[in-house]
Amino acid sequence: MLLEVRDLSVEFRTRDGIARAVNGVGFGVDAGETLAVLGESGSGKSVTAQAVMGILDTPPARISAGEVLFRGRDLLTLPEERRRGIRGAEMAMIFQDALSSLNPVLSVGAQLGEMFTVHRGMSRKRARAKAIELMDRVGIPAAEDRAGDYPHQFSGGMRQRVMIAMALALEPALIIADEPTTALDVTVQAQIMDLLAELRRELDTALILITHDLGVVADAADRIAVMYAGRIVETAPVRALYKAPAHPYTRGLLDSVPRLDRKGRELYAIKGLPPNPLRVPSGCAFHPRCPVARDICRTDEPPLFDAGEGRHSACHFWRETLDG
Amino acid sequence: MPEPQRTCPAGAVVATLEKPPAHLGDGASTARKPRGLWSDAWHDLRRNPVFVVSALVILFLLAIAAWPSLIASRNPLSCDLALAQEGARPGHPFGFNGQGCDVYTRTVHGARTSVVVGVLATLGVAVTGSVLGALAGFFGGAWDAVLSRIGDVFFGIPVVLGGLVLLSVVSGSTVWPVIGFMVLLGWPQISRIARGSVITVKQNDYVQAARALGASPARILLRHILPNAVAPVIVVATIALGTFIALEATLSYLGVGLKPPTVSWGIDISDASPYIRNSPHMLLWPAGALAVTVLAFIMLGDAVRDALDPKLR
Repeated sequence: MLLEVRDLSVEFRTRDGIARAVNGVGFGVDAGETLAVLGESGSGKSVTAQAVMGILDTPPARISAGEVLFRGRDLLTLPEERRRGIRGAEMAMIFQDALSSLNPVLSVGAQLGEMFTVHRGMSRKRARAKAIELMDRVGIPAAEDRAGDYPHQFSGGMRQRVMIAMALALEPALIIADEPTTALDVTVQAQIMDLLAELRRELDTALILITHDLGVVADAADRIAVMYAGRIVETAPVRALYKAPAHPYTRGLLDSVPRLDRKGRELYAIKGLPPNPLRVPSGCAFHPRCPVARDICRTDEPPLFDAGEGRHSACHFWRETLDG
Repeated sequence: MPEPQRTCPAGAVVATLEKPPAHLGDGASTARKPRGLWSDAWHDLRRNPVFVVSALVILFLLAIAAWPSLIASRNPLSCDLALAQEGARPGHPFGFNGQGCDVYTRTVHGARTSVVVGVLATLGVAVTGSVLGALAGFFGGAWDAVLSRIGDVFFGIPVVLGGLVLLSVVSGSTVWPVIGFMVLLGWPQISRIARGSVITVKQNDYVQAARALGASPARILLRHILPNAVAPVIVVATIALGTFIALEATLSYLGVGLKPPTVSWGIDISDASPYIRNSPHMLLWPAGALAVTVLAFIMLGDAVRDALDPKLR
């Protein structure tokens, strides 16, 4: 297994108390595999990604427990200098908003070239040539002419291509993409996802795709982990999860996607709001919003039950949910 | 590894396109020449009349500071008491001061002192303030607390009172004690701005992205944060340059700044003030030169701020 996260917990100290943003999360990613981490805002999916990358701001954040095993080494106990060498070279990250993720005062070619000068010790001239080669590879037209341009001179889709080029520059084994297409319009989204899939296949890179967009997930992922209130509530292969979810929250998410065969009918919405991370409900965190909740859900936190066929569900009533 | 699915099992709506030509609908303006923040600012500045006027005044000032004898060939220290307080006459367009020195020559030669004090004090303040402010903003925590409190102490000292106390104990007539005093009291202003600016820039996604791609703290600070945080410092420093020139005149006027035989507008203003009713020309010329110089730097600072503030674009 390329990456294995075990029992990861992250808390934030705030004035109002300790917010447990991530609570005992565990998952694994094989080489070349795509894992989608699905969840709404505040579910802890981005914090998990930042903890794995090692770019959480500490303080206010604190990793209170867990292990992040990457190629067998626990990243959390590695000295910062060693981790820095891994970031960018062995694991890289793509961010949501490419405009704000690129330095406005450096030309795109210079920023791409930096990957090679910093990690590979290349000369500026060679790094620039590599940068142009990369821009070409991610489908930026007239790469040679545009290498001297600044980020604000590119369109949203082109900027995200630059970000992808930066992440893939050193051919890392793992890429974490945090909502890579959320800031783009739908047609460009599809182009970017296709590009990502194509390059990933070529380089056999594993991908952790963080998103709240079920459409993106269906197309790109091998497996899905659904997060709610800082916990993983269900993991399953994509097909199985879409066919029959084993957790009421996943079911609610799938039911709230607009469908052509239900045209004209009112769209389903999960009632209530996501919990405040400072006051996560007792027992199963989803029980106040859950249509199948019973007394046990208020008192006992469900473990991740093995539901067979590579799926796991943190619901006391996963069997009923699975049967519909 | 299974092939990525093309169908959407739960009926999710996904737009999947046949691979479209990359150059369609996703191109950016290629007609315009690429410009960064600085060249963009320079492009704006050249069209701003306020900048052009103040820059010309400052260039002229720098020229006469470097080569005063170009337009005033007399010795500013050769005076004739017989001509004391005389008005303008051919060859002496500004008249004579209380010691019988040529006011025109002294006003021209006084520019050098003002420029040297203004520029060196500003450089000292900008470098000290930026370094300390950037460190405080970048590292935060105890560093920040200690540096900010030390800055507050110096920030709280009234400039004129501090000058009277500190500078009255130094002897000699060089410019260094005055410059040192200005840096000592001036750095907190720049350091506060640099700190705030670094904290703002630090939170940008591209700093996070640089970390995620393996950049070291030094590289992040020097290459990604400072170039984006330096604009407000430049603006404030430009305006401060004018106020340092005025402060030098103030301190010299009070007798704790520069001392004769240094030629300085502040000294001349001080010497002339008792005679303002009888011989106003002795005061007006050095005071006018001072006012124009300070104004030019403040206007320049304003223009630079307008050009560097991306929100105004």
